[in-house]
Amino acid sequence: MALKDITLGQYFPGATPIHRLDPRVKIIGTIAYIVALFLAKWLVSYALLLVVLAIEIALSRIGLKSILRGMKPILIIVLITGLLNLLYTPGQGAPLVTFWVFTIYREGVWAACSMVLRIAMLITCTFLLTYTTSPIQLTDALERLMNPLKAVKVPVHELSMMMSIALRFIPTLIEETDKIMSAQKARGADFDSGNLVQKAKALVPLLVPLFISAFRRADELAIAMECRCYHGGEGRTRMRQLKLTAMDGAALTLSAALCVAAGVLARLGL
Amino acid sequence: MNDAILKTQALRFAYQDEVIPAPIVLDGVDLEIQAGSFVAVLGHNGSGKSTLAKHFNAILLPTGGKVYVDGIDTADEDRLLDIRGTVGMVFQNPDNQIVANVVEEDVAFAPENLGIPPEEIRRRVDDALKAVGMYEYREHAPHLLSGGQKQRVAIAGVIAMRPRCIVLDEPTAMLDPIGRAEVLKTIKQLNRTSGVTVVLITHHMDEAAQADRLVVMAKGKVIADGIPKEVFQRVEELRSVGLTVPETTQLLWELRQAGLDVPLDALSDQECAAALAELLTKDVTPA
Repeated sequence: MALKDITLGQYFPGATPIHRLDPRVKIIGTIAYIVALFLAKWLVSYALLLVVLAIEIALSRIGLKSILRGMKPILIIVLITGLLNLLYTPGQGAPLVTFWVFTIYREGVWAACSMVLRIAMLITCTFLLTYTTSPIQLTDALERLMNPLKAVKVPVHELSMMMSIALRFIPTLIEETDKIMSAQKARGADFDSGNLVQKAKALVPLLVPLFISAFRRADELAIAMECRCYHGGEGRTRMRQLKLTAMDGAALTLSAALCVAAGVLARLGL
Repeated sequence: MNDAILKTQALRFAYQDEVIPAPIVLDGVDLEIQAGSFVAVLGHNGSGKSTLAKHFNAILLPTGGKVYVDGIDTADEDRLLDIRGTVGMVFQNPDNQIVANVVEEDVAFAPENLGIPPEEIRRRVDDALKAVGMYEYREHAPHLLSGGQKQRVAIAGVIAMRPRCIVLDEPTAMLDPIGRAEVLKTIKQLNRTSGVTVVLITHHMDEAAQADRLVVMAKGKVIADGIPKEVFQRVEELRSVGLTVPETTQLLWELRQAGLDVPLDALSDQECAAALAELLTKDVTPA
């Protein structure tokens, strides 16, 4: 198990135009991109969206490698989705291949390709968001975007606080898991061999200490936060003020344009 | 005139637990800590020193007696934020005190909680990071720093509140020697240059020796209180509660036990060396 490979929610600091965009704009832009992605019907739309994505990746200077590495854990889901689409999409023309209970039509091939592409692009664009935005900025932006929900008693501040703390402790807990695994291996624990049940059982001596330590950490962190005068979101200010710049305006306009373009292309069946 | 920033009166504390009788952790502690001083609280595990520390900013409230922070009774819930803003607290494990993913955002956490305007927070964060020598790391992720650096970030996170007093509960217990030295230097500097009152809870003799005043605790009571040089001379008393003395004092004490005439108050290496040199010259010259 290579724990260090987990890149979910990992932030790569930088000073590119993408990094410097207002996080709220980035979130809205990502949502706009996803909407456009689901409007996309045919090759032209996909080509447009791919080009946009490529430009964004180039601008953000995030290596393609890190994106691919982040995609690894989701690969199976993507492949299964593709396979199901391939096998179960009915078509009108002559079947391409028939075997056992399955028949594959041309529509199925297209559906599978577009679905895989779509998921891959969707994941890539969300990666771009989390890779170029520090988790604090991200939760900060979410808190601000969801602020109107406070009126209906959604605990917006608390949610964003929990999220940022969870993100903060991912590397710490991964490190700890590594340590516990080494400690248990040194005493003869075996995490790698055996069938699924045995492997799951082998995880118990890993999870128990991890949970205990996580609770202890939570307790200590809560006290440390109280010592630093934390008393909920009431009356709290922020050091980083979010201000929209001309660049943010441009990005928002482009996102809106992308959505419109995708909508128009979909209408035209391209 | 009363310039005691921390004051305890007949402080008693017992954990309210199902265990009967509840063990008494603090048993009548009377202390006054003067503003601007550097006080070390020394004690063995279970001596009640950490419990005492937690009373200084109202994490724990006394079972009996009173604790005053800058004249405010810590039992006064309405003044809780004033108390915590006056007395900052640094704990043992730096990992469990850091809230944010970026150093400077973590340091900004406390002033943000206090509702300070953004420009002022920026200024305080920069000042605090410079004071602990971590300014160059302001945009780093905390989990990539060394233990000593993390602990310095935690200290910066506390001093960004501009507290008048900092209580450090074994801040070096989890650090390597280099980290310990860094943190100790930072603490001393804060005390000397910014006049922040420092209460250092520790079980390291050499750390305690650097304070202006040393309070020794055992079984929930203060058993010695004075300047380190004096306190460490009570070698047997300290040993009886499971504490050792610094190596210099230990050496001089043993020489003394052997019947030699050496002073016990030579605490630093240089002083000790001087005392030994004097002893040697005395011995070679016939009386």
